[in-house]
Amino acid sequence: MANWDWQVFCKSTTGDEVSLRCFGAGGDTTYLDWILSAWGWTLSVALLALIVALVLGSLMGILRTTPHRKLVMLGNAWTELFRNIPLLVQIFLWYHVIPALVPPLKGVPSFMLVVFALGFFTSARISEQVKAGIQALPRGQRYAGLAMGLTLPQTYRYVLLPMAFRIVIPPLTSEAMNIIKNSSAAFAVSIAELTMFAMQAQEETSRGVEIYLAVTGLYFVSAFALNRIALVIETRTRVPGMIGAK
Amino acid sequence: MMSLDFSFLTWGVIQSFVLKGFFFSVQLTLVAMVGGILLGTLLALMRLSSKPWLVTPAAAYVNTMRSIPLVMVILWFFLLIPLLLGRTLGAEYSAVITFTLFEAAYYSEIMRAGIQSVPRGQVHAAYAVGMTYPQTMQLIVLPQAFRNMLPVLMTQTIILFQDTSLVYAIGAYDLLKGFDIAGKNFNRPVETTLVATVVYFAICFSLSMLVRRLQAKIQIIR
Repeated sequence: MANWDWQVFCKSTTGDEVSLRCFGAGGDTTYLDWILSAWGWTLSVALLALIVALVLGSLMGILRTTPHRKLVMLGNAWTELFRNIPLLVQIFLWYHVIPALVPPLKGVPSFMLVVFALGFFTSARISEQVKAGIQALPRGQRYAGLAMGLTLPQTYRYVLLPMAFRIVIPPLTSEAMNIIKNSSAAFAVSIAELTMFAMQAQEETSRGVEIYLAVTGLYFVSAFALNRIALVIETRTRVPGMIGAK
Repeated sequence: MMSLDFSFLTWGVIQSFVLKGFFFSVQLTLVAMVGGILLGTLLALMRLSSKPWLVTPAAAYVNTMRSIPLVMVILWFFLLIPLLLGRTLGAEYSAVITFTLFEAAYYSEIMRAGIQSVPRGQVHAAYAVGMTYPQTMQLIVLPQAFRNMLPVLMTQTIILFQDTSLVYAIGAYDLLKGFDIAGKNFNRPVETTLVATVVYFAICFSLSMLVRRLQAKIQIIR
């Protein structure tokens, strides 16, 4: 175990020759090229899924706090459905079942199917956070908005949501970091992301420790960078006079 | 629109493909739950102690485990266990070890919150009547912490059960793998994936309903 061989990243993926600059030239790719492209896939899956999850999760979370019973039920059903099925099963569901049952979706690339699977899965968790954030506001705020003559959507838009979204930034940050970790499940449908790279490169080079360390490090860096970005957003959007504001 | 045909899913097929995987998933969940809670409680006590040489390693362990994707942890252990032991252990045993050690990090965060939720006065009272630290923990603090956190611990166990499907990465034979193989054998992946979804949902949904009832029942009213 003690003898490292980091040169493995400079090796060509097709032969044994070691590239001097570690990047492949003339159509040849090294493992370094491969891991960087895999990192790109991981980030694209995670970020696109995060957008899907934020949009759907916020919508469902808002529905669950409205006074309309049917909308509340819809939001609750959505959350229970996507929270109680393992992510990997949901990925298989999008990959095997949905294109078979809905023919127009047949041509959709598997990358997009995984984005939807991960996004829908995470939307259930985000809907919980958004609901909790709205419910954390004093009840009087809603009544005040309605009493001023705002419609219900206006009350949400101008009174409730601006505060609720600020409250839920910390839990949303940890969900965003979770989404990067959970994107690793995409290996199951052969998306060329980091975990898939780790499995294949380990098999081809049998330098598993070096490969896994690099991949783990990249996951670490991605989640950490996201955490810092979220912190900046959190500080910028603070409301003066509230707890935590300067 | 293709037609679904579930007729191949007879009791015999379920018995020979799915049940074996189901029992492994349940076994894995139970072992990792018990082992994870024990180890997690130990880690939580280490983190809450006043000795830096206990706090630092426990915190480092928990934070590392929590920041790596579970699939990568599964792959790491599958790679490292043979290197350390000098022989292969099989995907199933490797999965049991991985999940116990991985879930310990998550359970320890729950137990830490649980221990911190016990009022300070309880500890002072225990010391005042002459109890030692182990006695205080064992007889006063941990039982209350455990009770306060029972619903959260159970919710984490439901997540653990869902996560056991990720042993797919090392090819261990679990519930999902059972459905996957049946689907491949009969060339009916759509139907088996649908059934797997329903089975997982039924198990996890009913368990989370139970947790909700438990929560209402055991709440200590202060």
